Amino acid sequence: MTNSQQIPGTTIFNGTEAEKGLALNKMCFSFNSADNRAEFLRDQDAYCAKFGLTAEQSAAVKARDVLAMIAAGGNVYYLAKLAGIFGLNVQDIGAQQTGMSVEAFKAKLKEARR
Amino acid sequence: MATIIGGIGTTHVPAIGSAIAKGLQQEAYWKPFFDGLKPAHAWLAANRPDAVVVIYNDHGLNFFLDKLPTFAVGAAAEYRHADEGWGLPVSRPFPGDPAFSWHLIESLVADEFDVTSCQEMLVDHAFTIPLALLWPGTDARPVITVPIEINTVQHPLPSPARCLKLGQAIGRAIASYARDMKVLVVGSGGLSHQLDGTRAGFINKEFDIMCLQQLVHQPEALTHYTIPQLVELAGSQGVELLNWIVMRGALTGEVSKIHSNYHIPISNTASALLVLNNRAVAPETEYRKVG
Repeated sequence: MTNSQQIPGTTIFNGTEAEKGLALNKMCFSFNSADNRAEFLRDQDAYCAKFGLTAEQSAAVKARDVLAMIAAGGNVYYLAKLAGIFGLNVQDIGAQQTGMSVEAFKAKLKEARR
Repeated sequence: MATIIGGIGTTHVPAIGSAIAKGLQQEAYWKPFFDGLKPAHAWLAANRPDAVVVIYNDHGLNFFLDKLPTFAVGAAAEYRHADEGWGLPVSRPFPGDPAFSWHLIESLVADEFDVTSCQEMLVDHAFTIPLALLWPGTDARPVITVPIEINTVQHPLPSPARCLKLGQAIGRAIASYARDMKVLVVGSGGLSHQLDGTRAGFINKEFDIMCLQQLVHQPEALTHYTIPQLVELAGSQGVELLNWIVMRGALTGEVSKIHSNYHIPISNTASALLVLNNRAVAPETEYRKVG
């Protein structure tokens, strides 16, 4: 499936996205190591440069903008490791991506019970 | 011969691991979820599997996009969990059984499922959390394990139809193992949820309930969906339903439902539990049916 057959608000992580996002996702994959997380926190720009992130990817990381990271080929499995460094869990990033407060996002999840 | 005693589908939301570590099982948020496990514990205590085959998806602990198998089978004497990057406590290692693993791999490849074999394999929360839920608080889990990993990250993903056939091949592989042992198959993940995009927080109760019903007696009904349809109906990460379909495929005998639980939400996810008993059908009986 190509992303021209879109499901609203959803990026299918296909070959095109994977190719575009390789450097960003590879950097995030490195965050399985505590040493690498510490190195990133010491100098974020240098760490992004070391992994060859594009300007768009580096800017998205700097802004902690998850939608921009996804637009730049990031996949949420790997991005979650980056979000964790910033102390953000999946509800925090859900709220950020949907433009809601975390409380409103949690309330929306509960609504799905009905 | 090895016999498949049943299958269990369970959610693997990472927050569950943190809740267990903090002992929050009886807090209001967690109680409906953890209390839902009690019938599963009773069934396990009565049926006591010797081995567990866990069908799960790696979230970027063992596998990365540089080399990503569609189907991978562990063949190690021990499986270690490790730091996943966002603070989940690291679980103790799980015992494997290389002889059993290699039998499964040989049988699957002979059955035209060309799996990747892994003599070294880190297992992530999608493997550790189901086992922590099913055997809470035990230092030495009473079972040997085989991880079978399904790609749910990099599209194209294997179709539901392909996953049901894989499960059936796993079922044949287990049933042809010469050693007398009781085997449980676990399907990890789901149900509906989406973490990414402006559609984050998507949950589809109606679809989940339908899946929980069809998985018992009519798993074929779920094989008509394409992957894009599953993404639309279950959410980007709700495609972990594939792991449940593989699990159900492995139950090749007479299947009956022991228990199910469904609770919204755990973290961003519609959590679910399904316990299925599998009564092996003796080959003679099959011949009689044909005759």
